[in-house]
Amino acid sequence: MPKVAQPKLAVWKFASCDGCQLSLLDCEEELLAVADRVQIAYFPEASRAVVKGPYDLSLVEGSITTPHDAERIHQVRRVSKRLVTIGACATAGGIQALRNFAQLKDFAALVYPSPAYLATLNKSTPIADHVFVDFELRGCPISKHQLLEVITAFLHGRKPNVPPDSVCTECKRAGLVCVMVARGVPCFGPVTHAGCGALCPAYDRGCYGCFGPKETPNTSALARAWAELGVSGPDLVRAFRTFNAYAEPFRRESIAHEQV
Amino acid sequence: MSKSSKTRTLTVDVLARVEGEGSLQIRIRNGQLAGVQFKIFEPPRLFEAFLRGRKFTEAPDLTARICGICPIAYQMSAAHAMEQACGVTVDGPLRALRRLIYCGEWIESHVLHVFLLHAPDFLGYESALHMARDHGPLVQRALALKQVGNALVTVLGGREIHPINVRVGGFYKLPHPDQLRALADRLKWARDQAIEAVRFTAGLPFPDFEQDYEFVALRHPTEYPMNEGRLVSNKGLDISIDQFEDHFVEEQVPYSTALHAVRKARGSYMVGPLARYNLNFDRLSPLAQQVAREAGLGPVCRNPFRSIMVRAVETVYACDEALRLIETYELPDRPFVEVTPRAAVGYGCTEAPRGILYHRYRIDEHGVILDARLVPPTAQNQKTIEADLWQFIPPRLDLPDDKLIWQCEQAIRNYDPCISCATHAVRIELIRE
Repeated sequence: MPKVAQPKLAVWKFASCDGCQLSLLDCEEELLAVADRVQIAYFPEASRAVVKGPYDLSLVEGSITTPHDAERIHQVRRVSKRLVTIGACATAGGIQALRNFAQLKDFAALVYPSPAYLATLNKSTPIADHVFVDFELRGCPISKHQLLEVITAFLHGRKPNVPPDSVCTECKRAGLVCVMVARGVPCFGPVTHAGCGALCPAYDRGCYGCFGPKETPNTSALARAWAELGVSGPDLVRAFRTFNAYAEPFRRESIAHEQV
Repeated sequence: MSKSSKTRTLTVDVLARVEGEGSLQIRIRNGQLAGVQFKIFEPPRLFEAFLRGRKFTEAPDLTARICGICPIAYQMSAAHAMEQACGVTVDGPLRALRRLIYCGEWIESHVLHVFLLHAPDFLGYESALHMARDHGPLVQRALALKQVGNALVTVLGGREIHPINVRVGGFYKLPHPDQLRALADRLKWARDQAIEAVRFTAGLPFPDFEQDYEFVALRHPTEYPMNEGRLVSNKGLDISIDQFEDHFVEEQVPYSTALHAVRKARGSYMVGPLARYNLNFDRLSPLAQQVAREAGLGPVCRNPFRSIMVRAVETVYACDEALRLIETYELPDRPFVEVTPRAAVGYGCTEAPRGILYHRYRIDEHGVILDARLVPPTAQNQKTIEADLWQFIPPRLDLPDDKLIWQCEQAIRNYDPCISCATHAVRIELIRE
C-alpha cells in the first residue's frame, strides 16, 4: 500500500455512447502511469472493483434523460470534491438532445412498439443544468490529450490549459489552407470550440462543430457566410443541430433559420 | 442457505467491464433457478426517430455516435446502405481502404475486450489495472497492441473515436501509400503479439459449456466477412441482407430499453466473433487458421467462453489482412464516388466487432431520410445471453453468491455486450427464494 493516500478518481456514465470514457482507456501509453498516480476508485467500464467515496475527482460522461438519472447526478455531486463533465452529451445534452426540438412521445413511438414502458424525460440536458460543475471538457468525442491535461491540472490544483477559442486558430497554427475561403467548402470552424487540432480541414473537409460553440461565437455571421455558399435554411438548421444542438448559441441560431 | 424455502436476493448494481449500463436479475426459488432477466437500463437515445429529416450524407457521422467503441461499424453500415439506395457501388482501392479501417477497429475493440475486459475474469482480477500489478508486461503489450489498431483507424479516419474521414461514397481524403507503409512494421509486430495472445488465451481455464447455437454471420465468396456478403446460419439460413426483416424480428420486453431480436419461428441466435468464426473458418488467412489449430481450436467452437480465443484469432487475421491490404494499396484517382440521391430504400449490414449491424433507410429524391431502422449486435445476442444463463447456473447453484455472480458476469462478458449500442455496465441481481 502506498504511504501517501492517492487521490481517488471516479468515472460516471449517463446517456452517452461510452466514447469519452473510452478515451481514458485509449491513453494506451499513459494509462498505467495515470493508474500509478491516482486510485481509480470507481470506473465500471474498466473494473468491477468499487472503492467507497468521497472521490477527489469525478469525470462525468453523458446527459440527463431519465427521472432516475436526474436524481442520481445529485448523489454523484455529493460524493465528488471536484466534478468535471466530459464530452458533448455531458456539456450540451448530446445528439440525443435533438428530442428537445420535437415531441418526445412521437419520437419514442417511432423506436419502441410500447413506449409506455420507457421512463424518460422530455428533454436531454447537460449536467450543469442540474448540479454545479467545476469544469466542462468539450468534444464529441473529447481529445484524450485534453483529458490528460484536465486530470493533471486538477491533481495539482491548477486551472486546466484548455483554450476556449475557435478551431480556426488551431487551423492557422497547423498551416492549413482555409477550406472555406480557398475552396468554398462550408466550415463550422469559426464558431467551434478548439481542441481537435483542426482535424476536418486537415482531411479536406469542413468542420462540423463536434466540439460545440467557442467562447462568444458569432453564429449569425457564420450562417450568412454559409448562405452565400448556397447552404439553404433547412441545411443550416441541420448544421447547427448535431451533437451540441442544445448548446445555447447553436440552439438559438438553429431556431432563427427554422421555417414556420 | 439455498436449501430453505426463503427468498434469497443478491444484487449487483452495475455490471462492470461492459460498454453501457445493464443488469441481470437471477431468481432462485427453493434451490431451483426460477428466472433470468438480462436487463438493459441504458437510457433510450431514440436515434431512429431523430434520423428522420436528416440528410443521407449525415447518417455515417450521426449513427457513429451510438457507440464510441465501434463507430466504424456504424459508419460502414450507414454508408453501404445509402450507396445501395442510390445505386452506387464503391469498389477497387476505396473498398480496400474501408476494409483496412475496419481491420483497425477489430484490432482495437478485440484487444480491449480480450485483455482489459475479459481476461481479468479468467485470472481472478477485478480489472486489467489490478491484473497489471502481477502481469505488468502482459498488460503493457496488450495496450501497445490496441494502440496499433487505433493507429490504423487514426491514419485513415483522423481519430480513433468517431473518425471524421469516412463519407457516403468513400473518404474525404486519401492516405498516401507511404503513410500506410509506415504502419507495416508496427502491424507485423502486432501480428506476432496477436499470435502470442492466442497462445495466452488458450491457456486460460474454460468451463465445460457447449450449446447448440444458431450462429448468424455474413459470408462472402472469397473473404472473411466485414463489409459484404450474404447472411447465413448453421441452421439453413441463406439470404441477402435486404431480406433481414423477413427473417428476424425485434420484440420489446418491459424490463429492458433494448429490443430483443429473434429469428422468426426459431428464437434466439448468436452473432459476433464465434458466429463469424464457425461460419467462415475456411475464409481466414492460412496463418490465422494455423494459429487457431495449434492453439486447439478446430473449425467449430460452441463454447462461448472460448470466444476470447476466437477474438485473439480474429486479431491475428485483422493484422494479417491489414498487411495484405497495405502491400497492394495503390492511390485511387478520387477519394470518393459521387453519390446522387434518389427515392429508394437502402440496406447495409456489416460485421461490427460484436457481430452483424443492420441498417435500413428510406430516403426521398432530395436525399432526406424518411425512416431508419438500426439493429445492433448486442440486441441480437440478448436472448442468447439469457438462454446461456439458464443452462449455466443450475449446476452452479451451490456456489457462494459472490462466486456465482462473478461467474455469471463472466458468462455475460463472453458476448462483449455493448449496451450503448443495444439501446442504443450491467447490474446483477440474484434473488434466492
